[in-house]
Amino acid sequence: MAATADGAGDGVTRRDFLEYAAGGMGAVGAAAAGWALIDNMNPAADTLALSTTEVDLEPIEPGQSITVVWQKKPVFVRRRTEAEIRQAEETPLDALPDPMADVDRVQKAEWLVLVGVCTHLGCIPLGQKDTDEKGEYGGWFCPCHGSHYDTSGRIRKGPAPGNLAVPPYQFLDDTRILIG
Amino acid sequence: MAAPKFDNPIVRWIDYRLPVFTFLHHEMHEYPTPRNLNYWWNFGSLAGFMLVVMIVTGIVLAMNYTPHVDHAFDSVERIRRDVPFGWLVQFIHMNGASFFFIVVYIHIFRGLYYGSYKSPREILWILGVVIMLLMMATAFMGYVLPWGQMSFWGATVITNLFSAIPWVGEAIVSWLWGGFAVDNATLNRFYSLHYLLPFVIVGVVALHVVALHRHGSNNPLGIEIRGKQDSIPFHPYYTIKDFFGLGAFLTIFCVFVFFAPDYLGHPDNYVPANPLVTPAHIVPEWYFLPFYAILRAVPDKLLGVVAMFAAIAVLFILPWLDRSPVRSARFRPIYKQVFWLLVIDCLVLGYIGSKPAEGWYIHIGRLATIYYFAHFLVILPLLSVFERPQPLPLSIGEPVLRAPPPREAEGDGAMERA
Repeated sequence: MAATADGAGDGVTRRDFLEYAAGGMGAVGAAAAGWALIDNMNPAADTLALSTTEVDLEPIEPGQSITVVWQKKPVFVRRRTEAEIRQAEETPLDALPDPMADVDRVQKAEWLVLVGVCTHLGCIPLGQKDTDEKGEYGGWFCPCHGSHYDTSGRIRKGPAPGNLAVPPYQFLDDTRILIG
Repeated sequence: MAAPKFDNPIVRWIDYRLPVFTFLHHEMHEYPTPRNLNYWWNFGSLAGFMLVVMIVTGIVLAMNYTPHVDHAFDSVERIRRDVPFGWLVQFIHMNGASFFFIVVYIHIFRGLYYGSYKSPREILWILGVVIMLLMMATAFMGYVLPWGQMSFWGATVITNLFSAIPWVGEAIVSWLWGGFAVDNATLNRFYSLHYLLPFVIVGVVALHVVALHRHGSNNPLGIEIRGKQDSIPFHPYYTIKDFFGLGAFLTIFCVFVFFAPDYLGHPDNYVPANPLVTPAHIVPEWYFLPFYAILRAVPDKLLGVVAMFAAIAVLFILPWLDRSPVRSARFRPIYKQVFWLLVIDCLVLGYIGSKPAEGWYIHIGRLATIYYFAHFLVILPLLSVFERPQPLPLSIGEPVLRAPPPREAEGDGAMERA
């Protein structure tokens, strides 16, 4: 139909070029609009703003744990006993599914700070209260699908693929930390 | 098709401009349906009925529901206590989800038993699997809306399935949530999608019916219609049969709605959602239990998720796994038995899914999972080669028409032309 003189040689016409250019431009525009709709579902600015939580460590006794909320997630802060620290430090790395030394998971050995969300499917492990089941390794036990964590929050047994995450935090002074 | 003559002049006037009456006459009255359909063929129209019930009750519920983490639980309780007939609408919707799945699962097993997925109905079958997936997504998001403990933790566990995807998993989960945990943003989008997806299902159901009407229903003998003596018009024969089945179905449904509305639910969902406490034993709704058992049977997180989705995906390729040319299990002596083994296997998986993942339950769950996949991936392809089917009847009408009096079939044909 559009077999004009300019494209006669190789069968490619000026019209072909215009069609591809217009179609390509349309695809870019649709993708740009589509990205806006997809990114629209990501966390909003006010959600992102909830990014830090300050914790007062003063009232926590050795062996006690508290749960604080950071970014709507529970964060476990446990003041570990000497026995718990020793147990965590003496565990050989090759006994761990997700090997990580205890010293790399704490800033001060006494204070263990963890995101209290099971790395399997997001349940909250038991072990914060005295009466809770703490699992076979004395740390935490997830009731949903049976993952056991040790006194360093490392996965030891069960379906969870990784250790309980350590959130970014810093000591503001000896008795206060800022999470996030 | 010749346009039928309508007596009513208004009908004639409309039909000339918009041929809806011709269309209905063609698809309902002229549409030839095998004369031998049994009651297992009722479940297609029952599923359509339940879809309408769920959409109608859902629209009414939406008028009083508030999708906000602080108000959702209370607004559902208000519907049940204060809104006129709110209790009835809510109980119908809540139990309707369960009964929709009962109907659809029976419909699917009917298709499995009688080989309804085989050529030329592969696309019909695949559209059916798509409908089931959409139903699962819709039901899951609907269960989140009352914002009880099971709603919240069900949403958390299921959305976390996507975190198993390597590298991008965490980003995808955060995107699904619209935050760092299941929260108000999640509830809002689930409400939006829960309202949308049923209408998508309506669209796919329309395609399902178009595909069905292309080659017509399969039947208990699994052989094609070979002439007028093999078929009867859908209306009035099967409309009346479907209505009778609907009455029986509604009787059972009403027993649950009026006398045991919470029987199929979970008491923990009457505890408002608490993001800091996971219930000791979370289980999904019963219709997800077999898939949940498969998820937990695999000790690896990513592979567990893959296995769960594969359990549904395998249905998509079923028409190419079962190569046996004989459709109906009636003429397949071995398939008939492994079919019932599959039914038992799915029930076992459902039972295991409701139990905690410990001790013997884990081992039984693994065996049942292996058998589920073996049925589709090993047994069916082997049966296609090694099974010796029994001889098929020459036609649907033959077994009945061989015996006198043979004039009845003529009568049917005459009515069809009328």
